[in-house]
Amino acid sequence: MSLDQPMGTVNDVPRTAPVLEVQDLRTYLYTRWGTTKAVDGVSFSLGSGETLGIVGESGSGKSMLALSLVRLTPEPAGKIVGGRVMLNGRNVLDLTDRQMREVRGKEISMILQDPQQSLNPVFSVGDQLAEAIRVHDRDLDDKLIHERSVDALKSVHVPAPERRLKNFPHQMSGGMKQRIVGAMAMAYQPQVLVADEPTTALDVTIQAQYLRLLKDLQERTGVAIIVITHDFGVIAETCDRVAVMYAGRFVEEGPVEQIFDHPRHPYTRALLESRPKVDLKSTRLQSIDGQPPSLIDLPIGCRFAARCAYAIERCLAEYPPWFEITEAHAAACWRSEEVPWPSP
Amino acid sequence: MAEPLMVVESLSKHYPVSEGQYGGRTVGYVKAVDGVSFTIEKGRTLALVGESGCGKTTTARLVLRLRTPTGGTVKLEERDVHQLSGADLKWFRTSVQAVFQDPWASLSPRMRVRDIVAEPLVANHRVSKDEVRERVGVTLEKVGMQRWQGDLYPHEFSGGQRQRVALASALITEPRLLVLDEPVSALDVSVQAQVMNLLKDLQAELGTAFLLISHDLATVRYVADHVAVMYMGSIVESGSVDQIFETPRHPYTRGLFDAALPTHPRNRTEKLEIKGEMPSPLNPPTGCRFRTRCPQVMSICETVPETIEVAQGHRVACHLFTPEWS
Amino acid sequence: MSVRNQPARFESDTDEALELNFDIQGHPVRRPWWKVWSKRNNRVPWVSIFVVLFVLVLPALLADVITTHDPLRGVLADRLTPPFWMEGGTTTYPLGTDKQGRDILTRLIYGARISLTVSTITILIGAVVGSTLGLLAGYFGGWVDRFVSWLIDTFLSLPHVLLALVIVAAIGPSFVTIVAIIAVTIWASFARQVRGETLSVRETEYVARAHVAGTTSWRILLRHVLPNVANTLIVLATLQVGVVILEESSLSFIGAGIPRPNPSWGVMVADGRDQILISWWISFFPGLCILLVVLSLNLLGDWLRDFLDPKMRQRGRS
Ligand SMILES: Nc1ncnc2c1ncn2[C@@H]1O[C@H](COP(=O)(O)OP(=O)(O)OP(=O)(O)O)[C@@H](O)[C@H]1O
Ligand SMILES: Nc1ncnc2c1ncn2[C@@H]1O[C@H](COP(=O)(O)OP(=O)(O)OP(=O)(O)O)[C@@H](O)[C@H]1O
Ligand SMILES: [Mg+2]
Ligand SMILES: [Mg+2]
Repeated sequence: MSLDQPMGTVNDVPRTAPVLEVQDLRTYLYTRWGTTKAVDGVSFSLGSGETLGIVGESGSGKSMLALSLVRLTPEPAGKIVGGRVMLNGRNVLDLTDRQMREVRGKEISMILQDPQQSLNPVFSVGDQLAEAIRVHDRDLDDKLIHERSVDALKSVHVPAPERRLKNFPHQMSGGMKQRIVGAMAMAYQPQVLVADEPTTALDVTIQAQYLRLLKDLQERTGVAIIVITHDFGVIAETCDRVAVMYAGRFVEEGPVEQIFDHPRHPYTRALLESRPKVDLKSTRLQSIDGQPPSLIDLPIGCRFAARCAYAIERCLAEYPPWFEITEAHAAACWRSEEVPWPSP
Repeated sequence: MAEPLMVVESLSKHYPVSEGQYGGRTVGYVKAVDGVSFTIEKGRTLALVGESGCGKTTTARLVLRLRTPTGGTVKLEERDVHQLSGADLKWFRTSVQAVFQDPWASLSPRMRVRDIVAEPLVANHRVSKDEVRERVGVTLEKVGMQRWQGDLYPHEFSGGQRQRVALASALITEPRLLVLDEPVSALDVSVQAQVMNLLKDLQAELGTAFLLISHDLATVRYVADHVAVMYMGSIVESGSVDQIFETPRHPYTRGLFDAALPTHPRNRTEKLEIKGEMPSPLNPPTGCRFRTRCPQVMSICETVPETIEVAQGHRVACHLFTPEWS
Repeated sequence: MSVRNQPARFESDTDEALELNFDIQGHPVRRPWWKVWSKRNNRVPWVSIFVVLFVLVLPALLADVITTHDPLRGVLADRLTPPFWMEGGTTTYPLGTDKQGRDILTRLIYGARISLTVSTITILIGAVVGSTLGLLAGYFGGWVDRFVSWLIDTFLSLPHVLLALVIVAAIGPSFVTIVAIIAVTIWASFARQVRGETLSVRETEYVARAHVAGTTSWRILLRHVLPNVANTLIVLATLQVGVVILEESSLSFIGAGIPRPNPSWGVMVADGRDQILISWWISFFPGLCILLVVLSLNLLGDWLRDFLDPKMRQRGRS
């Protein structure tokens, strides 16, 4: 199978009509040290009201994938070099910058990992919310904008929203700031929300509250959510489907229960086994030796082969195609059928 | 029960909050640590858990003698750490070492790994160059690195490797106590496992005691023998790992477990007990500090609860367990 | 990456995207300096380096070799000769002569020597005194810090020129006076900058680690803090050369600086002041030298600042 062919979606028949369909997306970063293939042929589709989790190690390209969906890849190093991002039947990659600005916020929104980065320290929260609203409704008067802002804050359960609007970011806790960012992202009820590590900067108790809030927003508005994380706990808590990303590609995708119960890719298994567990005392953790390959200089075969305990000759020589396990569950591994689980 | 190595008694650190230039007027105090007591046993691990800002790092810094306490004592083998000087101080510096959270910030960017690892040794002992080289080599191998890697600079390593370097440096004087301030939380999941396994192996091999600071309950369960749960500067519950994880008593501890993310989608969180956020440390609630968020708050909670031993070694500071109420 | 509060890398500007390499964990890796240098040389401000070298440094070092005229005594017969390309000009005096018949070019060359000497000495004094005080204040805090901060604020708010005039009026102009005056005015900038940097370096985990290791405070200052504020010092020193030259020239111009007949650029501008409409070259060339050198040094300093930017260093994510 040639690497340049589209990888094909796993979920060819999604449960609901897809709002977002990504086909063979490739985002490369042109640096002086070489071309970083941060996203290298990723395909998936997402139905409305659905939550897709994307997990992977640091540097696997999760954030670049998220940024590509909203066309905010770093300039000028980052370029989307191939593929399609079909949002409501339109290819987002074909839009002009102006059209894209319209689409961002109205049809697709994003929440970043660090609220510090998304809020401007010199403007009050109210000003920043108003700004986000004005982008889409240029001729709203101040009173309406104020009402909308208050509504937006109410929707993310911020207590005393009127007073909060006057606050500056530094006067608020991390959890509160992340809620404000959420309010800004959801102000126009987009159909797709991309959340890139939305809770990594938050405390355990606040994290749980925030994930609860996202679910709540989803139930009310039917927004489709993409949750990007390195934490299987977040996946277990929030997602319907999971995609495991490794070195720029998805290596396994399927319904969340199946991924946890019957992971088929050795990498997914290794990740699942390397976590210590709150609810049972483990004697020894499985660790993955070695490091992921450089995205500049990728091997021709399976990218995980060098660290994989089950690798055979073929894994080094040929990139594995998708093997379907069930209708909705697939893994890109030559030996997905043979690898024992739970591992001995 | 093993012998105690370090005994901490009613330790406090209050940071003055001041206004104006050149020091200025003190307008209040942040009680970062307020009356904390615990014991670390020889060769065992005590974990300190709690949310951001509850005073874990401050406690670690007090124990490490990087800050002077406002009150209370830290005793290492019956000697008050903050009263030491001269040769005794050297003894302390070789007996207690630390590994910090951020592997990208905890190694001097301008020193070779070899010099970083050797630092505690050369600072406290007169040793020949050859001996330093040998000890550095041996220690690097102990943490699973190669000798030649000592010639490199920190930026040439990945996060996990850097944490190994920090660990090697901390172990070179064969300390009795290692303070680990969030040693894995900056690392990738797969790398976390490596470092945690390494920590366990080293403890088994060298018999070093650990003071492990973490906000991740799963990590704590994996590494610790005893656990102390902190909230806004004080310990609200402490006990053995099994006591804390099997029968958590304090509403805050139980809330932490509720909020911990599930290991399987089957066990999704049902309901969240703890509402809202931690109050400002400048203006903490009177009485029980947790009462503003507590699902079981009562009128008596406006008074400070005493610490009660509910089982052998299992202590809880909550009115629910004072004899009159339970 | 599971780091809390990790800055979003994608917000990085072009520079970072192009210059930084990322290691396997996605964290920036600093290239060896020669590689960074060779990758960046297209943006090295060659013009500025050229100006500083050929207008300031080389003339100052090689004055006696380059020119045979006497900078102090002129040939009265040749007074007010215009530059060679003008009518009446001669190649013996390429840039003309002044009222006393002294060769302008020669005086410029010796003036460069004065500028360089004054700036080297004052910056050495300022940097040593300023960074020592800054290091101590930032590192030890407490009353040391309060005292030094108060000193810094006081010195930064003093009116320099007035101060200079008062001192010169009291003890008369001399080389030593001017060096002392300028050193007094610039140490504070060094102290302020170094104090700030030290404050942040002091809080880093590697300094905490060094304490735990039992390293003494002095050793920590020398081995951990100083190397990490060195970049700032280099940049500041470069920028201050321009400031010193300007200050020396201004003082000399108002007669409170280098005493006549020494050929300071400022003195030369002042000397040609009353002739500016007729014999413009007397003031023009020294003025041009001041302008070019100060401008170039500023550009050079800015470039150095970017070049040695802490972003390029392994700083963790704070
Ligand atoms: N601005 C940039 N310029 C050049 N390369 C970059 C830039 N940002 C990221 N990269 C590289 O792109 C690759 C993918 O990075 P990305 O940020 O998508 O990873 P990630 O999976 O989100 O990791 P993390 O979990 O650390 O957030 C990495 O190899 C990284 O080094
Ligand atoms: N030098 C200081 N001056 C004033 N207040 C401080 C200082 N250091 C810490 N604090 C305050 O003391 C409290 C405890 O801080 P500490 O760093 O010990 O928390 P922590 O439990 O380690 O949190 P985290 O999980 O975020 O590391 C916080 O409210 C903090 O703002
Ligand atoms: Mg990311
Ligand atoms: Mg801390």
